[in-house]
Amino acid sequence: MAITLTINNTSHTVDVEPETPLLWVLRDTIGLTGTKYGCGVAACGACTIHVDGQPVRSCQTPAASAVGKKVTTIEGLSPNKNHPVQQAWMEVGVPQCGYCQSGQIMSAAALLARRREPTDLEIDAAMAGNICRCGTYQRIRQAVHIAAKKANL
Amino acid sequence: MTTMNLSRRRFIQNAAAAGGGLMLGFHVPVSRAANSLARPITAMPEGVEINAWLSIDPSGLVTIRVPHTEMGQGGITSVAMLIAEELDVEWSKIQCVFADANRHIRNNREYKVMSTHGSQLVRLQHPHLMQAGASARERLKEAAARQWGVERSAVEARLGELISGNRKGTYGEFASAAAQIKLDKEPAIKTPGQWRLLGKPMQRIDIPHKVDGSAHYAIDTRIPGMVYAAVKASPVPWGTLKSYNFDAIRNRPGVIAAVELKAVPGKRGQPDLQNAIAVVADSWWRAKTALDLMPVEWDGGESAKASNASYYREGRAALNVKGTPTKDDLKAIEAVQTGKKVVTADYERPFETHARMEPINATVHVQKDRVDVWSPTQDQSAAVLLVADQLKVDPKIVFAHTMYLGGGFGGNGGGGTGVTRQAAEISKQVGRPVKVLWSREEDIAQDKQRPMGLARLSASLGDNGLPTAVVTRGVWFSQDRINQVGPATADYPLFEMPYSFPLRHHDRHNLNTHIPSSTHRAPGANQMGFMQESFIDELAIAGGWNPLDWRIEMTKDKPDWQLVLKTLKEKANFRTDLPRGQGMGVAAVECHGTIAAACATVGVSRRGELSIEKIVIVLDAGHVINPHAATEQAEGSVIWELSHAWLGGLELENGAFANTNFDTYNLMRINQAPVVETYFASSGGKKWGGLGEPAGPPVPPAVANAIWYATGKRVRSTPFVSHDLRWT
Ligand code: FES
Ligand code: FES
Repeated sequence: MAITLTINNTSHTVDVEPETPLLWVLRDTIGLTGTKYGCGVAACGACTIHVDGQPVRSCQTPAASAVGKKVTTIEGLSPNKNHPVQQAWMEVGVPQCGYCQSGQIMSAAALLARRREPTDLEIDAAMAGNICRCGTYQRIRQAVHIAAKKANL
Repeated sequence: MTTMNLSRRRFIQNAAAAGGGLMLGFHVPVSRAANSLARPITAMPEGVEINAWLSIDPSGLVTIRVPHTEMGQGGITSVAMLIAEELDVEWSKIQCVFADANRHIRNNREYKVMSTHGSQLVRLQHPHLMQAGASARERLKEAAARQWGVERSAVEARLGELISGNRKGTYGEFASAAAQIKLDKEPAIKTPGQWRLLGKPMQRIDIPHKVDGSAHYAIDTRIPGMVYAAVKASPVPWGTLKSYNFDAIRNRPGVIAAVELKAVPGKRGQPDLQNAIAVVADSWWRAKTALDLMPVEWDGGESAKASNASYYREGRAALNVKGTPTKDDLKAIEAVQTGKKVVTADYERPFETHARMEPINATVHVQKDRVDVWSPTQDQSAAVLLVADQLKVDPKIVFAHTMYLGGGFGGNGGGGTGVTRQAAEISKQVGRPVKVLWSREEDIAQDKQRPMGLARLSASLGDNGLPTAVVTRGVWFSQDRINQVGPATADYPLFEMPYSFPLRHHDRHNLNTHIPSSTHRAPGANQMGFMQESFIDELAIAGGWNPLDWRIEMTKDKPDWQLVLKTLKEKANFRTDLPRGQGMGVAAVECHGTIAAACATVGVSRRGELSIEKIVIVLDAGHVINPHAATEQAEGSVIWELSHAWLGGLELENGAFANTNFDTYNLMRINQAPVVETYFASSGGKKWGGLGEPAGPPVPPAVANAIWYATGKRVRSTPFVSHDLRWT
């Protein structure tokens, strides 16, 4: 079935079963591979994207449910790695293998959009859905604080 | 070699360039601020090849071919630093590509080692990598000397420039001439006192690609005409496929074929390929959905009776039987049997899964005269050989494209796991490029797990509270007793304990299991390090000693251990007098040539909830070339081990694992993560230890020892979460 999605401000018409998780439409149908598959059961956060500004797990989001909404992926977060979260991530050197980091960054960006200066506890609460097997957690905390400062400049 | 057309080259991003390395979608940032962008690879100049490791273009841009993989450990940056140190070139004038594994195989292992494992990149490969840079520098100097009619010793090479008196040239100008020069004698590489770049904290080169989704992992491979396969192997490893009904799913959208995969006879030692069934479709989601719906029946055979309980039963029985000695001393056994005061304890740890973040996958394109492989392997040269073996083709026509790894942790060694064989086989059978992706469920079920292990340690105490003799017995399970975690690694922490026991006896049992296993970040040390260092605390406390002072006393004759333990004492403020519910614990384990000591601070509520507040790590790897990346590795190793020891552990039931995904196999999350403080206490000299793994092993015992101080409860098995830690 053909459905039309707005992804990173571009309209894409794709022919998929409507219940296909958005994750696979992004990765395999459209070719936006920055969004990652980690678990498929909403337990790791690797697939986090924004739908109308809200962080969602794309592995558990049927493609059809995003019709008429604004989907943003890591590729569309900023034109040039210049989102404060990306800048802070580079400054601190957060990523190790990097595989979880698209999801981490999308979760952090969503957190900063609703909390200008999150505390450590708020960061932990907002980011607990994102697993990092490389264990970059303390740098994530540090980078979120730095990103908050950058965003508030 | 097939020349790929341009559109395809853009698409793949890492097509094999004629005569060159594999052009990868990454480029060195120009500064430590890491704010530069990757150059489009089409604009990447090749320059003149000086040796296999580096080329220089007329503008002086140096292209370094990195023979190793990048798993986030900073491998690319380490290789670039080692070569740049000797070549003497500005960091901003370097770009990196991954070296070509096909060339390595074709040219008789030209890069010496392409595997990335055992925290060895720097400690073992630095001499030849530095040599490549030094040799190139001397040849550039020689080229300038000849043109200027001076001695080579009168030419200085500095930051990309060649200088002699008032003459000056650039590396770029002399690269072509240097490429023709053969040196009579290779120059010696620099010693640590002469370093200008090594030892400085450098931001990792791969970072900018990992904040915008542009880093390409094997799982991201997309090539024209590619189809997707979802695979299910026997849930009981080595079981057989009784039946499947492809007709039930044949007409589902996008479904192309079902392919039966057979275990490779004689390959059980390296379990590359299990009996499995694959469904191939035009998208992975369609393939997986169809596979899940297809009726499949397995026969688990005898192994279907195995469980955690049955293996533990076997292991506990073995603890009562003398094993194969690694150090045989009857006097030690006697001393422990007849001692006035004897401490004995048994410890256990279950199977653990790697669960690296990128699920196991591989893409293979089999063509008549060429095979291409995209695999998340820690050794792309092994991937070439493995695929050639599976297809029975000449390795010279197999090209492995090195991709970023979404974690490796020892689980992606060798050929990058059996999935690479699966992809080769399916591509051959369907006649198209195939991406095989294991679902997370399959990844956990079919991973080569960290082996289950047990140990019994006993020691007799003298009047001063210090031990007079120690006896240890290590037990571990490996598939057919022939897997990689064998005699070399499984129980070495026990028989190599650094402490000066007057008498010691060590023996071991390697028991059989049907569960495939393999190396797993800090193999052996990760598991039996827990047993070793938990016991040491029990022993020290029984003898009335402060556990940290005990360790310092018992390593008096080992200066590097003294350095590490005394640094820990200075930095961690270890205390044994905290109020109930709070505790600190210490431990130290050697791994990959590096001594790592840890001090943990924990809290345990009256209801028994554990919180791990802080971990202080002290490391002696001899030398540290990039303290920035090394610190990150220490932080990561801490979380890695704590995740297993606190929350992890696989449950084997009826021969298969009951844990299916991250909802049933718990991994540490940010709200559980302690603060980690890392210190380097480098003893220097000839010592070169690894840094990608060793910080992990002392952490679980340090936490277990801290739990004892907090609650009075001794935790002798993992996961800690399964213990009742309530106190009143
Ligand atoms: S892949 Fe969606 S949460 Fe893990
Ligand atoms: S950086 Fe590797 S999983 Fe997070």
